[in-house]
Amino acid sequence: MTDSIAAFFAMGGYAFYVWPSLGLTAVVMVGLLWSSWRGLRSAEGTLESLRAAPTPQGTEASGRPE
Amino acid sequence: MKPKRRRLTFVLIGLALLGAAAALALSAFEESIVFFYSPSEVREKTVGEERRIRVGGLVEEGSIERAEGGLVRFRITDMAEVVPVVYTGILPDLFREGQGVVAEGRLTNGVFRADEVLARHDENYMPPEVADALKKSGQWQHMERALQESGQMAGETAP
Amino acid sequence: MHRFANPNRFMQISGALLPWTAASTVLLVAAGLYLGLFRAPPDYQQGESVRIMYVHVPTSWMAMFCYTFLAGSAAVGLIWKHPLADLSAKAAAPIGACFTLLALATGSLWGKPMWGTWWEWDARLTSVLVLFFLYLGYIALVNAFDDPTRGVRAGSILALVGFVNVPIIKFSVDWWNTLHQPASVFRMDGPTIHTSMLIPLLLMGVGFTTYFFWVWMLRVRTEIVAGKIRAHRRRQVQRAPVDFAGDGRAVSTEG
Repeated sequence: MTDSIAAFFAMGGYAFYVWPSLGLTAVVMVGLLWSSWRGLRSAEGTLESLRAAPTPQGTEASGRPE
Repeated sequence: MKPKRRRLTFVLIGLALLGAAAALALSAFEESIVFFYSPSEVREKTVGEERRIRVGGLVEEGSIERAEGGLVRFRITDMAEVVPVVYTGILPDLFREGQGVVAEGRLTNGVFRADEVLARHDENYMPPEVADALKKSGQWQHMERALQESGQMAGETAP
Repeated sequence: MHRFANPNRFMQISGALLPWTAASTVLLVAAGLYLGLFRAPPDYQQGESVRIMYVHVPTSWMAMFCYTFLAGSAAVGLIWKHPLADLSAKAAAPIGACFTLLALATGSLWGKPMWGTWWEWDARLTSVLVLFFLYLGYIALVNAFDDPTRGVRAGSILALVGFVNVPIIKFSVDWWNTLHQPASVFRMDGPTIHTSMLIPLLLMGVGFTTYFFWVWMLRVRTEIVAGKIRAHRRRQVQRAPVDFAGDGRAVSTEG
C-alpha cells in the first residue's frame, strides 16, 4: 500500500517537475481567485460605508440650504 | 450609426493591414524563425563550415555508436538525406534510435560536431500497451509517414 | 446589446451565475485532476511526466482564449463604445497574464526532462512569451494615465494590434520547424491523444474556462462598484461647501 503511495509521489522519477507544475498552477489560480474576491468585498465595503455616512454640511456661515 | 460604421471599418482595415505586415515580416525573417534545418535543407543550403546551426530529424535506426570518453556518434535522417553527428555530453532521457532529435553545432567536413543535443517528441499520446499493440500489428510505420505528411520533416512528401 | 449595457443588469445576472460557475469549476477541475492523476495511464514515450499536460495544455488554451476575449472586448469598446466592454477587457487581462505565466512555467518544467532544456527560442515558445508581454503592456497602459479613458483607449489599441500574435502562436508549429511538436487536439484529422488522456484534459479545459468566467465576473463587478464609489465621491465633492473667497464663508457648488 505504502509502495503505491510512494510510487505516486515519485511520478516515475519526474516528481521534481510534475509536483511543482501542479503546485504552482494551484497557487496562482487560487491566489488570483482569492485576490479578486477580496477586491470585490473591499470595494463593496467602501461603497456601503460611503452610503451610510451622513453627507458633509460645512460651516455655520453658510446660509445655503443643503 | 455612421461614426460606429466608420470605426468598425477602420478597425477591420487596420487588422487586415497588420496581418499583411506581419506575414511579410515573418516570411522575410524565416531564416531566424526556424528552429532547425532538416538534413535535406542542410544539403540544399550548403551551409558554411563555421556557421552555428541546428539540424533536426529522426535518429537513424542502428546508427548510434558510443565510444570511450562519453563520445556518441549517430546519424540524423529525414528519410531523404542523412547528417552524421558527433557529440560528447549529456543526452536527454528520450534520446534513442527512431526518436526525434535536434542537434546544435557546426558542420565540419560533412560531419556535424554538436555541442547540444535535444530530443523531440511527436504529438501522439497513448498508453504503453496501445503503443506495443500498434507496433505488433505493423501499424506503427504509418507514424513516420504521418510525421512527413504533417510537414514536420522533409522527405518524399515534403513540399 | 443595449439591454446588457446596463451595469446594474450585469450585477443582477452575474450575481445569479456566480454560484454556478464556482460549483462547475470546482467539480470539473476535481474530476479532471482525479482522472488525470489517478486513472489515466502514463504515456508510452513520456512516462509519468505526461501528468504535467493536464495543467500545461489547459493553461495554454486559456492564455489564448483570454487574449481573444480581451481583444474582442477592446474592439467592442472602441467601435460600439459599449460601457461594459472596457470593464470586461480590464477584468480579463490579469487572468490571461496569470494563465500565460503558468503555461510558460509548466512548459519549462516539462521541457527540461523531455527535451533536455528549460527554454529555447523556438517560434511557439517565443510567441507565447510575447503574449505575456502584451498582457503586461495592456495592464500598464490602462493604469498609466491620469485620465482613465485615455489609458483604456491606448490599451485597447495595443490589445487589437497584439491579436495578430494569436494565430502566430497557434500555427507556429505548422508554419516553421519548431522544437515544440504540432497540435494533438485541435487539428484537422482529429485528436492524436488516447481517450483515457483526452477526457481528463478536456475536463480541465472546460473547468479552467468556467474558472475564467468566475474570476472575470468578480472583477467586472468590482469595476462597477469602483465606478459607483467614484460617482459617489464626485457628488460628495460637489455638495460639500467650499470657502472659495477665503472670507470664512463656505459655499456649496451644487444647486
